[in-house]
Amino acid sequence: MTAPILVFGWGNPSRGDDALGPLFIERIAALGLPDIECQTDFQLQVEDALELQGRRRILFVDASLTAAAPFSVSPLAPSRDASFSTHAITPAAVMQVYVDLHGAAPPPCHLLAIRGEHFELGMDLSPAAASHLEAALDWARNWLTAPACGW
Amino acid sequence: MPFALETAPHPETLKRVAIEPVSRVEGHGKVTLLLDDNNHVQQVRLHITEFRGFEKFIEGRPYWEVPVMVQRLCGICPVSHHLAASKAMDMIVGATLTPTAEKIRRLMHYGQMLQSHALHFFHLSSPDLLFGFDSPVAQRNIVGVIAAHPEIAKKGVFLRKYGQEIIRMTAGKRVHGTGSLPGGVNKSLTAEERATLQKDIYQMIAWSRDAVQLIKGLFAQNLDYYNSFGRFSAHSMGLVRADGAMDLYHGGLRARRADGSTLFDHFDYSRYWDVIAEDVKSWSYMKFPYLCPIGSSDTGWYRVGPLTRVTQCDFIPTPLADKERDEFMAFDNGSATGATLGYHWARMIEMLHAAEVIKDLLHDDDICGKDLMATGQRQERGVGVIEAPRGTLIHHYRVDENDQIVRANLIVSTTHNNQAMNEAIRVVAKQYLDGRELTEGLLNHIEVAIRCFDPCLSCATHALGKMPLEIELIDADGMTLDLLTRDAHGHCQRL
Repeated sequence: MTAPILVFGWGNPSRGDDALGPLFIERIAALGLPDIECQTDFQLQVEDALELQGRRRILFVDASLTAAAPFSVSPLAPSRDASFSTHAITPAAVMQVYVDLHGAAPPPCHLLAIRGEHFELGMDLSPAAASHLEAALDWARNWLTAPACGW
Repeated sequence: MPFALETAPHPETLKRVAIEPVSRVEGHGKVTLLLDDNNHVQQVRLHITEFRGFEKFIEGRPYWEVPVMVQRLCGICPVSHHLAASKAMDMIVGATLTPTAEKIRRLMHYGQMLQSHALHFFHLSSPDLLFGFDSPVAQRNIVGVIAAHPEIAKKGVFLRKYGQEIIRMTAGKRVHGTGSLPGGVNKSLTAEERATLQKDIYQMIAWSRDAVQLIKGLFAQNLDYYNSFGRFSAHSMGLVRADGAMDLYHGGLRARRADGSTLFDHFDYSRYWDVIAEDVKSWSYMKFPYLCPIGSSDTGWYRVGPLTRVTQCDFIPTPLADKERDEFMAFDNGSATGATLGYHWARMIEMLHAAEVIKDLLHDDDICGKDLMATGQRQERGVGVIEAPRGTLIHHYRVDENDQIVRANLIVSTTHNNQAMNEAIRVVAKQYLDGRELTEGLLNHIEVAIRCFDPCLSCATHALGKMPLEIELIDADGMTLDLLTRDAHGHCQRL
């Protein structure tokens, strides 16, 4: 049975703060919260639109170079943008693919953008990013267990 | 000056145009064009601007970690690195695989081929092919394809999903799978997994056939254009089976000269350095491999990938793909076999072949077998070669008595195609850009030529807020004459 809440984080774990998305997923999965499915990948892909079906709400999680520290949260709307490469599809575009495939609006989606600083191959998570990750996790524990009406 | 348009005689007097990064390819690349005052092209180069150093990254690691670690090279083709490294480690542990292990690995590999080719054709290239290279940039993307051709786009999404499911079931999980180990695999398919995949495979074959018909039709409708776009002559190389059949998982190396004559055949890849050497150039981090029996990188460069594999093999050992290959080879007296856009057609024939191989494997009881691992006499050196979606992939390792990696050399598919891609964009620059005022649509022709090779320029990394495209014209004094940007959402702006 499809879990009502999907948490989807992405990034390359070997590239410094790009690991924020996968690390966030690892920590959330370890909490064992009910009704939540965690997924991770190097990046979002078009077929991820199929994962939105049957959910009550979705939280996308990525590292960000531009988000205000420690993190920002914003509601998402489907968008017919031109961001597509195989390593840079946006969550808004995934939602748009859902609309085009199913002819209906996707479930409510939010983007959790965690501020990162360094993205070089072989680097560990930076101290600043580690701190931002903890702050994001504190926020997410409440969001994930709260009623669906808001955050 | 070995190549026309590689190095201009007086670059300091020319205008510079940079396409950075090239969009809808894997990783980060940059194209620079130097133009004279009349917009005539004098120099064109594809640069790789990101230095990975992955070989150094894995030195000192225990050999059994490598098949998992190397997947972090790339978010698109991790399975290819997983399997090439595993094949090299099979040599290190001296193992000959059990039938179940080899078939599970093949299933994983052909699943990867299916999903990667579907991703490339439907999501990266079909916008150019269906809407035209000059079409509005806001339309020229997969969402535009879904809106205008929903049935085509849906097939692409579900083909890719199916390939990903094969990877998940054979590798243990969709990302960073651990299924393949030195000497074998750690799981086979359960009866339930096998039944799940069997249920949909005939639909995947049908959709793959549709994709071949689609690109074949586009070729027929635009014959002269498709045949001439970025066309150049080159030597070629790839793996073939002992009987000359296409085999994307294992075989010997076959190389042909540009005139079609055979340079070497069924060459044992465990001594690849006897026939392949690598050169460097000061303006790119990517090496320039060449075929040693021919000479230097100036004369011995070659191309790899779908076009090479389909044309070099003697036949494809699955009936539907083999029939399509026959048509491809005969089309317009063989003209498509040397066309840069012929890569797309060949890629779809391979996707059909992959679907047929998957069907055959799913009806082979060995994929549910329990004999998963083999052992043998430990060796110091291992070389693993497979035909990855983009072309020949070589992994070469030396391991010391403490089981640690002391040396690694990877020659990835895109590196083999380095000079070929440079050649293609120089031809396109001459054909379409020379003497004209540059527009985004014209510059996209360069990207279309690069995308034919489906290059994977570096491992996947990304972060929100990065700039996907910047085109800059600079005069001889360093003054910016023109600046065209495309932001993270694809919006273009001329500054």
